[in-house]
Amino acid sequence: MENLQRKFKLSISWQALFSLLMYGFMYLPLVVLTVYSFNRSPFSAKWTGFTWSWYIKFFQDGRILLALQNSLLVAGIAVAISAVIGTLMAVGLARYNFPGKQLYQSISYLPLIIPDISIAVSTLVFLQALWIGLDLKTIVAAHVVFCLAYVAIVVSSRLVNLDPHLEEAAQDLGASPVQSFILVLLPELMPAIVSGCLLAFILSMDDLLIASFTSGSGYNTLPMEIFSRIRTGVKPDINALSVVLILVSGLSFALAEYVRLNAERKRSGQ
Amino acid sequence: MSQAATQNQGAMATDAGLDVELRKVFKEFNREMAVQGIDLSIRRGEFFSILGPSGCGKTTTLRLIAGFELPSAGEVLIQNQSMNQVPPYRRPVNTVFQSYALFSHMTVWDNIAFGLRLKKQGKAAVQERVQEALKLVKMETFAHRYPAQLSGGQQQRVALARALVNRPTVLLLDEPLGALDLKLRKEMQMELSILHREVGLTFVMVTHDQEEAMSLSDRIAVMNHGKIEQIGSPKQIYDRPQTPFVADFIGDTNLFRGKVEGFHPAKLWVVTEHGLKMTAQPLESGKSAPVSGQVVLSIRPEKIRLSYRPSEGQVNCFEGRLKNVMYLGTHIHCVIELLSGDCVTIMQPNTVAKLPNADTPLYASWATEDCLALTV
Repeated sequence: MENLQRKFKLSISWQALFSLLMYGFMYLPLVVLTVYSFNRSPFSAKWTGFTWSWYIKFFQDGRILLALQNSLLVAGIAVAISAVIGTLMAVGLARYNFPGKQLYQSISYLPLIIPDISIAVSTLVFLQALWIGLDLKTIVAAHVVFCLAYVAIVVSSRLVNLDPHLEEAAQDLGASPVQSFILVLLPELMPAIVSGCLLAFILSMDDLLIASFTSGSGYNTLPMEIFSRIRTGVKPDINALSVVLILVSGLSFALAEYVRLNAERKRSGQ
Repeated sequence: MSQAATQNQGAMATDAGLDVELRKVFKEFNREMAVQGIDLSIRRGEFFSILGPSGCGKTTTLRLIAGFELPSAGEVLIQNQSMNQVPPYRRPVNTVFQSYALFSHMTVWDNIAFGLRLKKQGKAAVQERVQEALKLVKMETFAHRYPAQLSGGQQQRVALARALVNRPTVLLLDEPLGALDLKLRKEMQMELSILHREVGLTFVMVTHDQEEAMSLSDRIAVMNHGKIEQIGSPKQIYDRPQTPFVADFIGDTNLFRGKVEGFHPAKLWVVTEHGLKMTAQPLESGKSAPVSGQVVLSIRPEKIRLSYRPSEGQVNCFEGRLKNVMYLGTHIHCVIELLSGDCVTIMQPNTVAKLPNADTPLYASWATEDCLALTV
């Protein structure tokens, strides 16, 4: 018994303690949120009993569903555009030399470090200067700016590790440049393209600032809808919605990771 | 005599037919000349190596043949067809890359079938030829693995099969064994040689490993600074190097810089920088070497004899002391410091029971025909 106790004591190393604290710091709020989403009380932080009603409520809330639809639409289109342009951009930068390449390379990743508020304001000013009306299309355009940079940076990090002779090998075996891109380079880059898209998708879904500056009235995305509601106090149905969002993004990430690992395992044969 | 031999060689060349020809080919990268006016004729069915130190332009030469680079000037011909306007995917050549460049998202089978499928071969034909290629490189049992699941040597075989299955006119090999460890390298050298005989194709290999080039090739081109220093059989290159670079790069040698003091049709008298008087063999007998011109003398370590007494009436005999000994198993490398201060390396079979100590006077000597005078 005493022996067992000592063993237990020894096994709590400082690393484990540190990890525990870190996880607590990061995820305890999420746990609290999840617990409150099942709280029957609509106002206070006091626990008054378990209920599903908040979940049922928001699924019946037309405005939230519309906002969710808008968000998915914006993220979907922005990511689709970014996937194509971002991949081509990464490949172009890695494979070709042209005057001004260095400059372009450094500028193309700027959206990653420019504060969102600057992108938001500048896009708004720009759109107004051109007399372009604000709606979902303008959010998509603004989201493409940073989604593109994320896709491009993930794809180029994969390109760096790729054998530079792959396309030459394909051409050597009789593939035209287009064929070698489609048959060899694209499949080799696919895991990176998928993970870049996933990252961009989550960021686009998550964006409040840029969307609220660049969207016209009546076009709310999900973060905008949530934000407008919590200004009048946190409602339990928003808690429930947040839990669903966490679950969905967690699950989709896990799925993508599973697919990637599976593909990798197949290739490395473990 | 030598002229007749050259003519004879020329006649043979036309008989056999040329697979690859480079005519005055230049290649410039960013205002630097990687390849400077190369002329090459590679015969059908030949195992031809391009040998040289890194950065000498040998890989660029290979890429010019493959079509990955276009010449800045000059012409590349494959089977008498100019290739200057032909992109890599329409050239009748296939390349084995140093990094193998296997497609990691495809199985071994799909990798090998890649070229055939692009050429719209029927399913049955693809099946048959891939099987045949797998058999050729002894990889039948690995057909459904992915490249990452294979060892370096196995990947090398797949890369070979992927190129050979297309039955190219010329197979290009870019340092094919460079990434393998020594033992595997030796094994694959043997297999490459057997493969070459079996398939009967023209092989052009780029390597910096002189031993590899010597043991595999019918002919070797030695390159340095973007130029070809010498083309010849391994024996010609080793025994009759044309330039000091070739003598030094191929095998070990002792080089002495010197001035010609006098000459005779078959002999040259040279005084080296440190005042040693040597009798040497001119590069081409009959051709008069420039009197009081600068030459470099090359003597191979295995051609030097070592004795305790000076040999009577012998030319090229110099006194020295043993400075350093290196055991190489089958041979011993001795460094002898001559009285002049020059050091010569001598290779002796490992049969000497006892080595002299550092104070014993020793005499190193070599025959006139083993002392080659090379023009600088």
